[in-house]
Amino acid sequence: MAPRDVAVTINGRAYHGRVEPRKTLADFIREDCGLTGTHLGCEHGVCGACTILMDGDAVRSCLLFAVQADGAELRTVEGLADGDRLHPIQQAFWEHHGLQCGFCTPGFLMTSVAFLREHPHPTEREIREGLAGNLCRCTGYQNIVKAVAAAADMLTSTAPASDSGRRVAKKGARARRRTPEHPPRRRRRRIAR
Amino acid sequence: MKPAAFEYHAPRTIGEAVRLLAAHGDDAKVLAGGQSLVPLMNMRLARPRVIVDLNRVRGLDGLREARGVLKIGAMVRQRVAERSPLVASRCPLLRDALGCVGHPQIRNRGTIGGSVAHADPAAEIPAVLAALGGEVTVRGPKGARTIRAADLFVTYLTTAIDARELLTEVRVPVQPRGAGWSWMEIARRHGDFALAGVGVMLALRRGVIAEARIALTGVGPAPVRANAAERLLTGSRPSDAVWQDAAEAVRGAIDPDGDLHASAEYRRHVAGVLTVRALREALGRAGAPGSGGRGRPRREAA
Repeated sequence: MAPRDVAVTINGRAYHGRVEPRKTLADFIREDCGLTGTHLGCEHGVCGACTILMDGDAVRSCLLFAVQADGAELRTVEGLADGDRLHPIQQAFWEHHGLQCGFCTPGFLMTSVAFLREHPHPTEREIREGLAGNLCRCTGYQNIVKAVAAAADMLTSTAPASDSGRRVAKKGARARRRTPEHPPRRRRRRIAR
Repeated sequence: MKPAAFEYHAPRTIGEAVRLLAAHGDDAKVLAGGQSLVPLMNMRLARPRVIVDLNRVRGLDGLREARGVLKIGAMVRQRVAERSPLVASRCPLLRDALGCVGHPQIRNRGTIGGSVAHADPAAEIPAVLAALGGEVTVRGPKGARTIRAADLFVTYLTTAIDARELLTEVRVPVQPRGAGWSWMEIARRHGDFALAGVGVMLALRRGVIAEARIALTGVGPAPVRANAAERLLTGSRPSDAVWQDAAEAVRGAIDPDGDLHASAEYRRHVAGVLTVRALREALGRAGAPGSGGRGRPRREAA
């Protein structure tokens, strides 16, 4: 079918492509944008390896078509580290042996970024529930849970940085939508509350 | 694991979407959140020739209350509804059930209307609609019509909505002030479809059950409204004996299938157990002012 133009922002950089409508967003990110940090496990929405942030929300990029993301702001695992300085969640995964083969890790990291923004002081049960949509076949989750708990401590003990959950916790989702990192979407604003 | 080619349309208005569906009929599939349709397409179990993507259609994302009814646009994301203070205060049963729909990543995309139109026999939202007596609006070439929940869910993945019609709004009556509620389900893992699930709403007047609503999911080809159990409860005083009678009535009203994950006997048994637990929890919440408290959905591993 006729190819279509797609323009997205990934990790603050603009990307353009011309794709068939059937191309998934995950394949577009990997093949057309060359960002292969986003992994594909099951390709039917079960394993969570392809999790990215789309306009601030964690989504499975294998269950979206690239054409649907036209105009969206995306964040992938490549956008976490600041140069050589790992994101606190990456640091915590490293320190707590939260990865083994590493295949599932990008999905876990992106899920954790969104999860910790909403749950800055999570209980272990909340962490396990929050990560339930991601599968790991190596570590058995124990160390992943530890890493996310440690990351929560790191994020809430540092000064308000871009991913600090503390600020979000006080002001709620409304505040999150106003941060430059998560520009408001018209769709959301129209919803009466 | 790549979808077959399709013709893609991203209409901007409801009218445009309805015209596309009218033109393509059975060849077209409506793409809402895509959390059920796209997996089927990736596995090529579904090969629609035409996709009508609703994600850029205006006017399907409203969420408001009017005259005792919660009006939810078809494209309201499950996660938006789950976190909406309006849903929490007017229909906490829906809020709690939404917490059991897939995972946050799924709910960020998945929509209320998509879940209703997909009609998975183990889905939560159709059961809530059945319990509370909701209805939907669909629009087709001949105009709009209303379908009540009782007439909507026909069988597995099948609704009374025609291929040329578009679901535009889901309406759920708000729970009576002071009514108790409970959503309970058993799944193999958190986020999986329920092996069995039940939604309950209880309204009491002077210690007597004035109104009882019970609907189940995962125990038949469509959500099951437990009419006999509701009749038995209405007018009774709450007691464990009454809850057990209601559970027996529920077990008698369902005809679950067995599969790889759970036998029919297990599902029937669990449906009764969950009914008792849900009735107890609903009773505990009944009468409390502002029944939209921050309760947590109950979900247990089998």
